[in-house]
Amino acid sequence: MFVVFAEFAHANEVALLNVSYDPTRELYQDFNAAFAKYWAAKTGDTVTVRQSHGGSGNQARAVIDGLEADVVTLALAYDIDAISDKAGLLPPNWQSRLPNHSAPYTSTIVFLVRKGNPKGIKDWDDLVKPGVSVITPNPKTSGGARWNYLAAWGYALKTYGNDEKKAREFVGRLYKNVPVLDSGARGATTTFVERGIGDVLLAWENEAFLAVKELGPDKVEIVAPSVSILAEPPVAVVDKVADRHQTRAVAQAYLAYLYSPEGQEIAARHYYRPRLESVAAKYAGFFPNVKLFTVDEMFGGWRRAQRTHFEDGGIFDQIYLPK
Amino acid sequence: MSRRPRGILPGFGLTMGFTLVYLSLIVLIPLSGVFFKTAALTWGQFWSTVTAPRVLAAYRLSFGASLIGASINAVCGLLVAWVLVRYRFPGRRLVDAMIDLPFALPTAVAGIALTAVYSAHGWIGRWLDPLGIRVAFTPLGVVTALTFIGLPFVVRTVQPVLEEMEAELEEAAASLGATRWQTVTRVVLPPLWPALVTGFTLAFARAVGEYGSVIFIAGNMPMVSEIAPLLIITKLEQFDYAGATAIAVVMLGVSFALLLMINLLQYWTRQKRWLDSTADLLDG
Repeated sequence: MFVVFAEFAHANEVALLNVSYDPTRELYQDFNAAFAKYWAAKTGDTVTVRQSHGGSGNQARAVIDGLEADVVTLALAYDIDAISDKAGLLPPNWQSRLPNHSAPYTSTIVFLVRKGNPKGIKDWDDLVKPGVSVITPNPKTSGGARWNYLAAWGYALKTYGNDEKKAREFVGRLYKNVPVLDSGARGATTTFVERGIGDVLLAWENEAFLAVKELGPDKVEIVAPSVSILAEPPVAVVDKVADRHQTRAVAQAYLAYLYSPEGQEIAARHYYRPRLESVAAKYAGFFPNVKLFTVDEMFGGWRRAQRTHFEDGGIFDQIYLPK
Repeated sequence: MSRRPRGILPGFGLTMGFTLVYLSLIVLIPLSGVFFKTAALTWGQFWSTVTAPRVLAAYRLSFGASLIGASINAVCGLLVAWVLVRYRFPGRRLVDAMIDLPFALPTAVAGIALTAVYSAHGWIGRWLDPLGIRVAFTPLGVVTALTFIGLPFVVRTVQPVLEEMEAELEEAAASLGATRWQTVTRVVLPPLWPALVTGFTLAFARAVGEYGSVIFIAGNMPMVSEIAPLLIITKLEQFDYAGATAIAVVMLGVSFALLLMINLLQYWTRQKRWLDSTADLLDG
């Protein structure tokens, strides 16, 4: 009866919960407003999207433990894999359901250095020099930091002709230059910016742009390395929750809208690299030119990267164990 | 058979029932969850998890720094309580209120503030740095944070006992020929001892579980300045629930053993004191 009445009145109220990670707060505030307008024009329904933000891994755990997310928009595929593996809330092939590995916008890892770049840092090689202090969070507690680590590893593989041993040595030397391993990306930024510790901060490009905008170009500047990783923060509908809430259609439309010219424009305005050619062309001069490799081509996907590098006893642990 | 009341005070059944239900809901059931999750591991997996070099280093740091922090608080907290109770000075109420700040402050704020002050460019850190003393991002920073959050426990447990104690007692001891040292060790300290031990225990227990404030100042370097709660978070971040709870089970076990030991110690000293004083009476 209610449904019939509501259909008739044409003023359905729909609520979605988007569980995301920390630095997307402003992006989704803008995007949600745009989507609500688009959805109201298209269907007449009022959609309210609630947002939840936190560390990507924490957020994934919250969803596994019962946070009723209709959609998740996290920092790395591994976290959504976990939701699929541990709680079975979405099928294992979730990443192939949307274009571009389910990542509507991308980013990369760049260097944030102090004004004037006093240590003359230009590329990854400069980070392993003695006397250079590098700030990056602990890849075991921070999803963002895993991209940093893999970016360095991928650079080393490319530079040393896929020599695993040399890559391991390179990354080991880099982490010898890390004086503090913060537990999350925000902590690392605080250490670098507020504490004044370190010569270079490894950061997501969108966060680096934000930092320059907030602190002013007289404090910090961005250095783009020659090669880096293509960071693909993925999105997915959480099937079981959306079905229970009967929100699957609107949740799918919500994610599809991220790929639309309007969605891409909003992502670009928040310093994420757009996928859509037309929008990318418009912002071509804005994003530095970096040769990008993906986790899939360099590491055979997140599951494998996680197992080899970050699991207990993995390569990252071995760097720190006394020999 | 006549029913024998278990005590003179009525309501034992009701209050005991409530106590058991309450404790089960708030403490026992959540904690037993830790053990159930851990049970997913085989004995060998459990053992290799909790004896990994990084985990052992973290246990050493967590328990070691907590003991040092609680000990510092036992001494300094007693001093602070003494000053607050025995002397009258302008601003005493203000100082008294300040003691509770470490309770009220969100621990992350405490951690960030301590790091700001003690890092190499901070207000205090910049004077210590030339002396070669690094506080922030070293185990010393961990001790500092754990001392900070533990301070109120000792002060607040000792203070009421001190307030009850009459200064006349010390004067009497002095007039009966006790030296200052004897007055302190034989008259002032004995009645304070149980409160002091309780405060120490609370400060220690709190410090062992502390996460928020430590994480910012520790530097979190594997094998050097990682605390055990950080390793639990690390395991959770890898969705290794069983591994995380395994570390927690060991922490629970060690903490419980230590707390039990302290309680027993306190019980024995009380017994011994009572026997001593009875013996003194009989001798006299």
